[in-house]
Amino acid sequence: MAFVSPHGLSFDIAHMLAGLLVLVSFMMLYQLRLLALLHVLGLHAFVLALSVAWQAHIQGAPHLYITAGMALAFKAILIPWALRRMVFQMGLHREIETVGGIGITMLAGIALVALSLQVMLPVTANADPVAREDIALALSVVLIGLLIMVTRQNAISQVVGFMSLENGINLAATGARGMPLVVEITVAFSILVAFIVVGVFLFRIRERFDTIDISELDRVRGGQM
Amino acid sequence: MIYPLLAQLVQMTVILTLSPLLIGLVRKVKSRLQRRRGASMIQPYRDLRRLLGKEAVVADNASWLFRIAPYFVFASTWVAAALIPTFSANLMFSWSGDLIAITALLGSARFALALAGMDVGTSFGGLGSSREMMIASLAEPAMLMIVFSVALIAGSTELSTIAGYMLNGQVGLRVSLAMALAALLIVAVAENGRIPVDNPSTHLELTMVHEAMVLEYSGRHLAMIELAASLQLMLYLSMVACIFIPFGMAADANRPLLDAVGFFAWLAKMAAGGIALGVAETIVAKMRVFRVPNFLGAALMLGLLGVLLLFVSRGM
Repeated sequence: MAFVSPHGLSFDIAHMLAGLLVLVSFMMLYQLRLLALLHVLGLHAFVLALSVAWQAHIQGAPHLYITAGMALAFKAILIPWALRRMVFQMGLHREIETVGGIGITMLAGIALVALSLQVMLPVTANADPVAREDIALALSVVLIGLLIMVTRQNAISQVVGFMSLENGINLAATGARGMPLVVEITVAFSILVAFIVVGVFLFRIRERFDTIDISELDRVRGGQM
Repeated sequence: MIYPLLAQLVQMTVILTLSPLLIGLVRKVKSRLQRRRGASMIQPYRDLRRLLGKEAVVADNASWLFRIAPYFVFASTWVAAALIPTFSANLMFSWSGDLIAITALLGSARFALALAGMDVGTSFGGLGSSREMMIASLAEPAMLMIVFSVALIAGSTELSTIAGYMLNGQVGLRVSLAMALAALLIVAVAENGRIPVDNPSTHLELTMVHEAMVLEYSGRHLAMIELAASLQLMLYLSMVACIFIPFGMAADANRPLLDAVGFFAWLAKMAAGGIALGVAETIVAKMRVFRVPNFLGAALMLGLLGVLLLFVSRGM
């Protein structure tokens, strides 16, 4: 079969997986129910693991398989599971968040994707084309993660936003060649530590204020409204 | 000379005669998954025959529009469905199978049905029509975005050209096409009134959309509308198959053997699509009517994102 895709199939698959990651980020932006959001987070990390494994395959860098395995074990299984337990313990599993209009948030998400493409593509004009568009997509995953953190009221959804942001950073790091494994492992474990700290913190917040709604904290701080 | 005409004729009749079977298949899958035995797969045909045999009851104050609308809806849906390449990308009239034309045909069918829903002046008809128009006004921009992103890649809005382009393997995997596929699935669900948007098997006044519009119809009019609805489902399924999984479809004209292969491939795709739809409808819950704009908004956003990616980088 004559194959005339600009950079070949391996490029296309890498691209596709990065694009899927952006797509799953949008699913997160869309999802209002807390438990479903955690499932989407697991899916996000799973797609990341696939993408990293594919990068390991096309770059011929076996240590990236370890990164992929860590993404799968920690981010796709362990963290969503722990968050899920936390949600059940706090009795939030039926919680539905009130976000001011999904439409506007999604539009903002599109704008962020446009922004990151517009910023990244001219800057990296001479780089390896696989890395180049991967990094542009990774930046949009990071920005959407930030957007999730900004638009959500619930502390657990903010943690989810943070985790997806970290997935974006991971994608960018694996797209660029030559990321040392030590750095990779350190980042993965620091995420776990951050997660534990945040978990403890969430329970403390709830003990104090009987809620983990962030807007409630503003009131306690002495309200600037 | 005679073969192309025959192939086109086969396409038109097959899509008409098999569409109730698709509905039957979806119902069967759903009832099996709910641990019911369910009606036979040919039950929709029996329903149509029964409806055709019954007297059509028309309200006193119904205008000519009310009588004309079912036939108009059926005719334009059938024409649109017949233009979709199913087993061959190269039929006699495939030059007219343009995505925008198909969208316009379906749009005019919906317009006629919405007018007919309001014609008699019952509250349900008006309610259904206004909801249907709300959904349409959101689904059509999304559909246009999908058309744009597919047309930007394939260089044409003509379905047969698109299918031919996808068939020869030049495309590879594209992020924007994946977005367009996701958006098209959402639009298809909304346009056909399938479960997360509308439930085709209930008459619950709080949620029904399509059923509320056609509540006043009976007899042969209702048969026409039901047949048009099943044609529309088959149309969308064939459209997804033709754009995104055209494999097996005959690329050259006038090759009976290739056409036969394409035909069976198409049958397999339809069966797979019907089963997938049945499973999806079983595991998803119906959403509130006021959630529908968000759902369709997501389709619009995906389409927009696909077009955006294409404009920024040809490689996506």
